[in-house]
Amino acid sequence: MFGVAIIVFFFIRLTPGDPVDIMMGQGGAISAGELDRLREEFHLNEPLHIQLWYFLRDAARGDLGYSYVLKQPVTSLIAERLPATIELAGGALIFSLLVALPVGIISAVRQNSWLDRLSMSSAFLGISMPGFWLGIILILLFSVRLHWLPVQGRVALGSGLQERTGFFVLDSILTGNMAALTSSLLHLVLPSITLGAPVAAVIARVLRSSMLEALRSDYVTLARSKGMAETWVVVKHALRNAMIPTVTVVGLQVGILLGGNMVIETVFGWPGLGRMVVKAIFDRDFPLIQGTVMIYAFTFVMANLIVDVLYTYLNPRIKM
Amino acid sequence: MEVNHDISPPFRDQAYGWRLRLELWWRNFQSFLRDLRAHPLAMAGGIIVILYLFAAIFADQLTVYDPTRGDLRLRHIPPAWEAEGDWAYPLGTDSQGRDLLTRIIYGARVSLSVGFLSVGISVVVGVLFGTLAGYFGGRFDAAVSRLADLLLAFPFLIFAIGVMAFLGPGFTNLILALTFKGWVEFFRLVRGEMLAEKTREYVEAARVTGQGHAAIITKEILPNIIQSVFVLGTLRIGYMIITEASLSFLGLGLPPDIPTWGSMVATGRDALLVAWWVSTLPGLAIVLLVMAINIFGEGLRDILDPRLKLDG
Repeated sequence: MFGVAIIVFFFIRLTPGDPVDIMMGQGGAISAGELDRLREEFHLNEPLHIQLWYFLRDAARGDLGYSYVLKQPVTSLIAERLPATIELAGGALIFSLLVALPVGIISAVRQNSWLDRLSMSSAFLGISMPGFWLGIILILLFSVRLHWLPVQGRVALGSGLQERTGFFVLDSILTGNMAALTSSLLHLVLPSITLGAPVAAVIARVLRSSMLEALRSDYVTLARSKGMAETWVVVKHALRNAMIPTVTVVGLQVGILLGGNMVIETVFGWPGLGRMVVKAIFDRDFPLIQGTVMIYAFTFVMANLIVDVLYTYLNPRIKM
Repeated sequence: MEVNHDISPPFRDQAYGWRLRLELWWRNFQSFLRDLRAHPLAMAGGIIVILYLFAAIFADQLTVYDPTRGDLRLRHIPPAWEAEGDWAYPLGTDSQGRDLLTRIIYGARVSLSVGFLSVGISVVVGVLFGTLAGYFGGRFDAAVSRLADLLLAFPFLIFAIGVMAFLGPGFTNLILALTFKGWVEFFRLVRGEMLAEKTREYVEAARVTGQGHAAIITKEILPNIIQSVFVLGTLRIGYMIITEASLSFLGLGLPPDIPTWGSMVATGRDALLVAWWVSTLPGLAIVLLVMAINIFGEGLRDILDPRLKLDG
């Protein structure tokens, strides 16, 4: 994590352009003295290694700096957008597991059936499709042509939602606002499918192949010869062992969920971290980019840590 | 009876050696083609990729319109099969009245060159570092492995977006952004294989016969692992193309005057309600190409490196 912070820091400092000029970009006249005072405030007049020290010290304290353009602390900006992003990522993860688990298992049990072929070809399509394109196709189909689902945003205007936690689904349940609940759930459908589709495809493929392997193994033959019911064999013996490689892949897919969210949030006008960072890039708002990328990397590392822990639970042979 | 015990002269002959080698390559290639024929899907994928390559190379000869300049009076003409379509513009025109097919063909140039170039450079860097790290180990191995682990802490697309954000749009920057992390996978593959291979008997035998490190690496070990690199490389091209398209879609790829599929989808999005084709058809070009590459790559894997096979 420390190394990640240093990489992020240097990338940002290596780029041309004076941050103070950027900050003043939209503003009117400003005196030279004032410019110097601003440089002082952000430690921009100090040598690079001192700047790095300030950055690391502040980051360790949970202070990621101050946005040049939005003129707010980066941490509070991130905290404001994070619930939206988590809600979307959660929706995508739920969608992908709901699809991938049954599809992967059934394809393995009924190998080479038409169901297997169909689901594996769609999985193939899933990994070959850029997320933004799938999103546009879905919008075109379900929003523009059929008018079933909303095009953009998180909740319909005028649903009277009171924000408590920032998670709109949770907020509407807490406040007992049924209209807002349906609206926010409906708004979640398309972005979640778009973000979750490639993840579902990868999980289904890996689950299928590891299920196939498990179903051919000795312990499954043994379980069958003991007269165990087939469902029980599949669930208890094959699935449990097939989950080990699958869980690893799910951990790696968190990267796709995170990276994809910049693109998908842009497509669906979802007010989360991804859209904020894309805007920050165009504004050259370095502290904001720096902080958000740090959060992304942090989440990714944490996800893989959780996978490692799950691993030992699923496979007692591995000791941490 | 006279028996000729001396079998060395023909082998000492340089030209003869090369002829043998060429013949061997040719035979390997032929057997590869035979294997490929047993995988009709992979062959179809390969043919589609070749068609795309052909279109990209001969874009100037294949198209009659200017990909960057349009006629506003001709904007939003639907594809030819629609009621108001015109066969002069088979896939219709975009919001600036430019022929969509022309732009898609020119877009193939960007996607293919980015895909092949970024994977090519990643392969060279990854194989070089992986070989040195895996074969010699030591401090170099420790340093590069550490760097690789560090880069793995970033999801690929986020890393590429971050790099592009700071380098700004441009072709060289795009390749840089994609290869900066792209080499890591090849490094890990080659390093791992190197570690496994260098303890095998044939390497031992080569060492006993007095071959140097360079000869052992290039003549003995690399030929054994290069096929896996080839397979992984093919499968990565599709991913690089999607990543490039995503960057272009966000406006972080190439300068806006160059037609790329990603930016075409992005600009077409504004006209989604009146002209669905402007956004969806360039995207379809991506899907078709990436699918063809992936199918070809998976077929390649089944033929060259069945160990990596996904379906057991």
